[in-house]
Amino acid sequence: MSETVTVDIGEYKYGFAFPDRSVFKTRKGLDEEIVRTISQMKNEPEWMLQYRLRGLEAFRRKPMPNWGADLSDIHFDEIYYYAKPTEDRKERWEELPEEIRATYDRIGIPEAERKFLAGVGAQYDSEIVYHNIRADLEQKGVIFCAPEDAVRDYPELVRKYFGTVIPFNDNKFASLNTAVWSGGSFIYVPPGVRVEIPLQAYFRINLESFGQFERTLIIADEGSFVHYIEGCTAPIYSRNSLHSAVVEILALKGARVRYTTIQNWSNNVYNLVTKRAVAYEEAAVEWVDGNIGSKRTMKYPAVYLMGPKAHGEVLSIAFAGKGQEQDTGGKIVHTASDTSSIITSKSISKDGGIASYRGLIKVYPNLTGIKSHVVCDALLLDPQSKTNTYPYIEIESEDVSMEHEARVSRISEEQLFYLRSRGLSESEASLMIVNGFLDPLVKQLPLEYAVELNRLIELEMEGSVG
Amino acid sequence: MLLQIENLHARIETKDILKGVNLSIQSGEIHALMGPNGSGKSTLANVLMGHPSYTVTAGRVLFEGKDILEEDPEKRAALGMFLAFQYPVEVPGVTVGKFLKRSVENLRGAEGSLNVNKFIEELRALMDTMGMDRSFINRYLNEGFSGGEKKRMEILQMLLFRPKLAILDETDSGLDIDALRVVAQGVNRLRGDRFSSLIITHYQRILDYIQPDKVHIMMDGRIVLSGGAELVRELEARGYDWIREEVRV
Ligand SMILES: Nc1ncnc2c1ncn2[C@@H]1O[C@H](COP(=O)(O)OP(=O)(O)O)[C@@H](O)[C@H]1O
Ligand SMILES: [Mg+2]
Repeated sequence: MSETVTVDIGEYKYGFAFPDRSVFKTRKGLDEEIVRTISQMKNEPEWMLQYRLRGLEAFRRKPMPNWGADLSDIHFDEIYYYAKPTEDRKERWEELPEEIRATYDRIGIPEAERKFLAGVGAQYDSEIVYHNIRADLEQKGVIFCAPEDAVRDYPELVRKYFGTVIPFNDNKFASLNTAVWSGGSFIYVPPGVRVEIPLQAYFRINLESFGQFERTLIIADEGSFVHYIEGCTAPIYSRNSLHSAVVEILALKGARVRYTTIQNWSNNVYNLVTKRAVAYEEAAVEWVDGNIGSKRTMKYPAVYLMGPKAHGEVLSIAFAGKGQEQDTGGKIVHTASDTSSIITSKSISKDGGIASYRGLIKVYPNLTGIKSHVVCDALLLDPQSKTNTYPYIEIESEDVSMEHEARVSRISEEQLFYLRSRGLSESEASLMIVNGFLDPLVKQLPLEYAVELNRLIELEMEGSVG
Repeated sequence: MLLQIENLHARIETKDILKGVNLSIQSGEIHALMGPNGSGKSTLANVLMGHPSYTVTAGRVLFEGKDILEEDPEKRAALGMFLAFQYPVEVPGVTVGKFLKRSVENLRGAEGSLNVNKFIEELRALMDTMGMDRSFINRYLNEGFSGGEKKRMEILQMLLFRPKLAILDETDSGLDIDALRVVAQGVNRLRGDRFSSLIITHYQRILDYIQPDKVHIMMDGRIVLSGGAELVRELEARGYDWIREEVRV
């Protein structure tokens, strides 16, 4: 029934790398010339280039965040901002270069696509190298493509929404993304269309000292539904890499969007991502945000509730192991009456890892019928590890039902002894306790991802024993 | 000899609690261990099972002739030792079904994992005999269980694991008479040549249902008196004071 996974203790399964075979790469560091080169490589219209340059200017001007995770070891001059791995995109895995194909095979993307996905985009360093969507969805008018292709093929949609949810000057890393963005996903779901099977994007970094800056824009038109899933991994290098994505979601009236992330970067990747959704009348947006890997993550998926009866939800799962800092959480902004929100956060810290919950619930003035529920649970596996909770609440209306619960627990020696006295090894016992801690949350994931997440946690846990 | 405890000394932090325990249990025997609160009974049970908080400072514990003091708790369990805890701990998010399945797989080895349906069938039958609702399979382990339900859960595990030696630490405390009967029936079901038990208790009540072969009295970290079943009635009638006088603790 339960499948046993055999791995070497402490091994990060996706730490392998292939040699740099980029067909084009910008030099290290960032300046206007590099931004222009990236834009040129993509044959972009002038307006996008101008938008990038505004992003660059804002990036230079904006200070580093003086809160959250320790970012002092990021050296912007030491990073490659753009690398093109292949000449063009493919719609068949067989057509990809051997090593790139082998990479995705090892991660299991083609297999996942066959089994339970309706479309896949696979990014390798700066570009989407593979993209495919099931024909029946295409026939229904669903668009799922690389954002570069959307700029070319659907300029009116892109111009209407790009940068409207997260402006170019939102924060330093969103500005950086605006300047050098490359790859990501563009999704448009027409009114009333339900995409019942998930779409997935997979982000792989192969190069050392690299920056990946994908850009995702999802527009769910009225009454539609889509579930988008992203995963990511990178090789283990001694030098740091940077991943700064921007994800914008618009859920129009009555639409529902679910966005699931299983973030499993290697422990030399800074993961500084801005994710924000707007949900109009009766629309719902759910962020399922699993952060297992990376060196430092700062990410607080947000939902702006723009119309009556809109609903926003964030499920956040963070695992902070040795040398890791997961600074995660969620933001909900209630701008309309009769809106509701739920934030559920579960974090696990181990071997000196730091997991922090940072969240904001904001309610605009003169609203009625607002409901919000925030729960954050932290589990500490040893005395060296840490957890912090920063729940910000700004409520300017009267008729608000707001609940907040926070708990910190430790694996107790009594629990371990009890399970061990029943024949479970120490590592199996702690894994069982950790899985139990996550169980109420993991149950809400789609089955395949619940399995994937459990397996990742298992790997992280094995790393501690022996 | 199934279990042989020789001159066992143990401490927690810097506090000496067991101060030279001697006790032997033959295969097939049921022993009762009685004694006032704080005399070290639970400590003995925990040390026998390998609780990492206790340090053994002297003595030996032989199980089927082999010294087990260096073994991990899971190894002791696999050898056939079982402890029904005085205060079973709650494990949130871990269902009874999942926990028992993994335990059985570990304890029975390859044989345990052979058939999930059979396992569930066996588990359900045992739950029926324990008077436990089958819905417990899907509940989180001990979470929100009443005192009596926790104790039944311990005995259910004993029946499922079929240990060679079951140590019951005050399993009878706080049980109503029906629950007590069910627990006693559980022990009596296993009773036979290949099952032994050390029943730690305050009260003679449970010993009305389970006839012990031997009775030991523990005081201040030592076994100060051993005898047959008649000792229970004597204790019941006279309390512990006369023993204190007699052995001058
Ligand atoms: N974790 C502990 N830390 C310190 N002292 C303890 C601890 N556990 C038990 N003790 C002490 O050890 C002695 C024996 O306790 P215990 O074995 O529980 O006795 P019994 O089960 O016979 O009531 C008591 O004095 C008790 O206070
Ligand atoms: Mg006790």
